[in-house]
Amino acid sequence: MISIKNLTKVFHTKDQDVRAVDELNLSIGKGEIYGVIGYSGAGKSTFIRLLNRLEEPSSGEIELNNQDLTGLKKNELRLARQEIGMIFQHFNLLWSRTVFDNIAFPLEIAGASKKTREERVNELIELVGLSGRGNSYPSQLSGGQKQRVGIARALANNPKVLLCDEATSALDPETTDSILDLLVDINEKLGLTIVLITHEMHVIRKICHRVAVMEKGKVVEEGDVLDVFLHPKEKVTKRFVDQVMGDPDREESLHLIQENYQSGEVIQLHFVGENTNQALISDLSRKFNVDINILHGKITQTQKGAYGTMLVQLVGDKLVVNQAIDYIRTTSVEVEVDPNA
Amino acid sequence: MLEELFPNVKVEDMIEATNETLYMTSVSVAGTFILGLLLGLLLYLSGPGGLWDNKLLNWVTASVVNVFRAIPFIILILLLFPFTDFLMGTIRGPGAALPALIIGGAPFYARLVEIALKEVDKGVIEAAKAMGSKYRTIIFKVLLPESMPALISGITVTAIALISYTAVAGVIGAGGLGDFAYFYGFQRRDFDVVAFCTILIVIIVFIFQFIGDFVSRKLDKR
Ligand SMILES: Nc1ncnc2c1ncn2[C@@H]1O[C@H](COP(=O)(O)OP(=O)(O)O)[C@@H](O)[C@H]1O
Ligand SMILES: [Mg+2]
Repeated sequence: MISIKNLTKVFHTKDQDVRAVDELNLSIGKGEIYGVIGYSGAGKSTFIRLLNRLEEPSSGEIELNNQDLTGLKKNELRLARQEIGMIFQHFNLLWSRTVFDNIAFPLEIAGASKKTREERVNELIELVGLSGRGNSYPSQLSGGQKQRVGIARALANNPKVLLCDEATSALDPETTDSILDLLVDINEKLGLTIVLITHEMHVIRKICHRVAVMEKGKVVEEGDVLDVFLHPKEKVTKRFVDQVMGDPDREESLHLIQENYQSGEVIQLHFVGENTNQALISDLSRKFNVDINILHGKITQTQKGAYGTMLVQLVGDKLVVNQAIDYIRTTSVEVEVDPNA
Repeated sequence: MLEELFPNVKVEDMIEATNETLYMTSVSVAGTFILGLLLGLLLYLSGPGGLWDNKLLNWVTASVVNVFRAIPFIILILLLFPFTDFLMGTIRGPGAALPALIIGGAPFYARLVEIALKEVDKGVIEAAKAMGSKYRTIIFKVLLPESMPALISGITVTAIALISYTAVAGVIGAGGLGDFAYFYGFQRRDFDVVAFCTILIVIIVFIFQFIGDFVSRKLDKR
């Protein structure tokens, strides 16, 4: 769907050359929700703006919809852009137009007739859940509603790809979630490929299928969201994973736990994209004569199931405890005995 | 009552002078709006980072605007005598004031237009580009509508400046309230006539200001 080869963007500023995007290679499949995460200044915005050539590449190739985007002339590029939707952190709506007319704008650009525009806009207003607000002006809407208008506008010309530049970064957590749900919804309904950039791991966790971690203009780690969550290799990635798992002080709490729970066996469970074994704890206590204390843990839901770690203490007859641990090993939940060792 | 306060004021003269002032003002406002808008757009679009980013074009436009803005209006009228004579076939009467009024007003308005356009959210222009807009669409459907309240307040300020220019234009016999106040009021020592003309000019200014503010506020949905 999208294939990016050796993409580079160098900004020439007065004092230095900034390699904002540096020899980047990626390929994004059709219908995928692809996340790019990185800290501020990593080059994410530059990257996504290269995808519709709002930024001209210094070198490299972008193939999108089997079309070599980098080779397009001005007029061809204009037409290609009508098939690439984009939404923005600050929504970028025209304040002088109503919700209806904002959504109709890309249709006007594409030269749709008045009747087609009307039908399509009403359809989109419905799709993004803004029925009845067509005649409002953007200034009368909340942030979440403005982004819904942004999404409707981006979808107006039936694009194949939707680019999202920090689309939820200006929204509160609750509104963020509702916008993310909407994105998943349109991804599933319309089979739309979505490329989104963010600095929030929460966003990646919640809706992305695949993720690339960017640092200093380069992709330092890339893969299925769950894999990256499970086996973060790079330091940046670990920090991002900790953002949602909230575990920077695990070492310390492990010590405390070890001191306070001398009896029985303290084990660590890793839930890795579980759909089937989420009931492991109740399963254990039913099958074995052990008491289970939950000491510490965090489980979170990704697009591919539950993910997280949990520290539990198994108290009971030594033999039974060992049987229980062996049983866990037969499931897909990973177990670590004596996690402090 | 009026006759006691303003014994030398003749109603029909006042109506004629007011009409001349209104004529000069409205035609020159219209002309200034169009010419100023064109110059302002040119300044903005050819400026750094603009759609037609072009140093030379920007420099030329800015120079023309700056030079004409620097010339005092009274001198501009005199400088333009040959041009006016050629264009209008006369150098007297309300029509003869129009070239000077428009050429004096447009550079002033052009700067206000440029400022108004610079206030348009860059993100919105970028969104339009991302949708595949032509430049023409960006100009007519984004830049102008999004800056309209500021364009209207700008033309209001300019219109008020033009009203006072029309009074200055009176010295070349352009007609209007300024002309009347000078020749029939001041020169004949009929100061009630000067006062009456002043009142009428102030009322005209207030009306323009009121309409401008009203329209600008109505259009502003921010
Ligand atoms: N127009 C520009 N001119 C010069 N430098 C730029 C420009 N845009 C971005 N940069 C630089 O490129 C780098 C990446 O920026 P950006 O893509 O905005 O990062 P991110 O979106 O990840 O925060 C930064 O160092 C930034 O200063
Ligand atoms: Mg950014």
